Amino acid sequence: MKLLALVDCDNFYASCERVFRPDLKRKPIVVLSNNDGCVIARSKEAKAMGIKMGIPWFQVKTAYLAQGGKVFSSNFALYGDLSKRVMNILDGMVKKIEVYSIDEAFLDLRHIQQPNQAHEFGIYCRNTIHQWVGIPVRIGIAPTKTLTKVASHVAKNKSNGTGVYCLSNKEQITHILKTLPIEEVWGIGRRLSQQLNQLGTYSAYDLMQMDIRFIRKKFSVVLERTVRELRGESCIQIEDNVDPKKQIVVSRSFRGKIENLNLLKPLISNFAVRAGEKLRHEKQKCSQVSVFISTSRFNKKLQHRGYHSFQFPCPIDDTRSILMGANRSLNTIFRSGYPYAKAGILLSHFSNPTCIQRSLFEATDQESFKQDTNLMRVIDGLNSYQTQIYYASQYPAGSSPIQKKMVSPKYTTNWWDLPTTK
Amino acid sequence: MTINYLGSISANDLPASFTKFFVEPVSVGFPSPANDYLESPIDLNKYLIKNGAATFLVRVSGDSMLNANIADRAILIVDRSLKPKHGSIVVASLDGDFVCKRLQLKPRLCLMPENTKYEPIYVQHGQDLDIMGTVTAAINKFE
Repeated sequence: MKLLALVDCDNFYASCERVFRPDLKRKPIVVLSNNDGCVIARSKEAKAMGIKMGIPWFQVKTAYLAQGGKVFSSNFALYGDLSKRVMNILDGMVKKIEVYSIDEAFLDLRHIQQPNQAHEFGIYCRNTIHQWVGIPVRIGIAPTKTLTKVASHVAKNKSNGTGVYCLSNKEQITHILKTLPIEEVWGIGRRLSQQLNQLGTYSAYDLMQMDIRFIRKKFSVVLERTVRELRGESCIQIEDNVDPKKQIVVSRSFRGKIENLNLLKPLISNFAVRAGEKLRHEKQKCSQVSVFISTSRFNKKLQHRGYHSFQFPCPIDDTRSILMGANRSLNTIFRSGYPYAKAGILLSHFSNPTCIQRSLFEATDQESFKQDTNLMRVIDGLNSYQTQIYYASQYPAGSSPIQKKMVSPKYTTNWWDLPTTK
Repeated sequence: MTINYLGSISANDLPASFTKFFVEPVSVGFPSPANDYLESPIDLNKYLIKNGAATFLVRVSGDSMLNANIADRAILIVDRSLKPKHGSIVVASLDGDFVCKRLQLKPRLCLMPENTKYEPIYVQHGQDLDIMGTVTAAINKFE
């Protein structure tokens, strides 16, 4: 039998915060979104206190802190590094892996025939990751991707379990799907589950029993695939080579509203610089830079949304060009008197930098082109260690109005932030 | 398909960027005799780190491990994948704090310092001890 596994890190961001803080063992932990707006991750203990996912921090702050809860701003340098370690370990264990998100991966277990061996492998995987990185994971094993999601769900809800659940025989699958509400099935949103409820379909088992032709006709091929997958027929393959990115977005919302162009400009410049770094890291070039700004959607009186794109005659990856395009776009859309609450930059229209279509009328000087490329490489090199070189239009270090007051040290990516012994 | 003959072009008619392409000098000196023997430079990462995914760096504060050549401010290479043995130098968390000591399993569980100024730490019942990983190397910087 062909088996797949879904490895899913438990409460990933909260677990990461605990790796270098042994004093926080068994303490409630929440992690906040950028700008400390909402709760985006909770440890088991914080969930038990009734902290809901996505809830605005100010609503729960007082009660949560009074009960001894611990809070962190998001520290993506740390989460990204620990995620990479987890994925590297998994990659070394199987032939094929699809990194599905920062904290999830699908594995191809084709080297394992027997379900009980797969279960043992799952336990080995889980113990290894916990020992080597300190992150707890749960593992769902099943013949299809959709069923691995179900198995992972079972592994999560089984208290005192091993954190590994293997869903392989027909009776077991039927039994579990009968108790699983339809909205818990992978890929079925609220709207779709309401529609299905109206047809008398409530459990995943009901859905599995529906007529395939009817599903395709009335709904979509996508739902048909889900039904087939629930029946154990693998339709969604493991994608181990993901397409290169089509666009890069850097955006933030800020709590202190910004009405002044002179304050907004450096912020957009910060985004442009970050986007440029990402672009070169992806080894891409873009020929369009867009800027968007908007007021808070809660502010009903003064509403404005602006969006403008700047096109380049030939693809670029130079931060100075991105800054120029971003600034021109911002000047076009900015209106004074509006309290802007969100802004961002988007790079798009990518082309492979090894085969650039040059403009016929553009004066291309190979020498200066080479110099520009080298300059960017040097700046990226210097700034990868710690930001040292700033463009004149940026906010200098530490003065950005984006709030991240409670961020933990970058324990694994910065020399000055290494964990220290007593 | 029809083809119209428009005349011949000389190098003088080409746009500047085209000609530049052709007139770039090509160096034809004697090839370096070392070319066949090129090797990658010595990489400290390879020397110090066996299992990158499981290896973390930890900064030492204090001189309790001085006799094991671990000075104050040294950087420890900690491998979480190696099972700590009796006599291994480890980074452990004891009641919520990281410490670096030599692990002693017999006659009784103890975290031994390597400096006579400090007392051995005998781990009591009810104390919370986790071994984070085994220290495989320490880097002391002199300048």
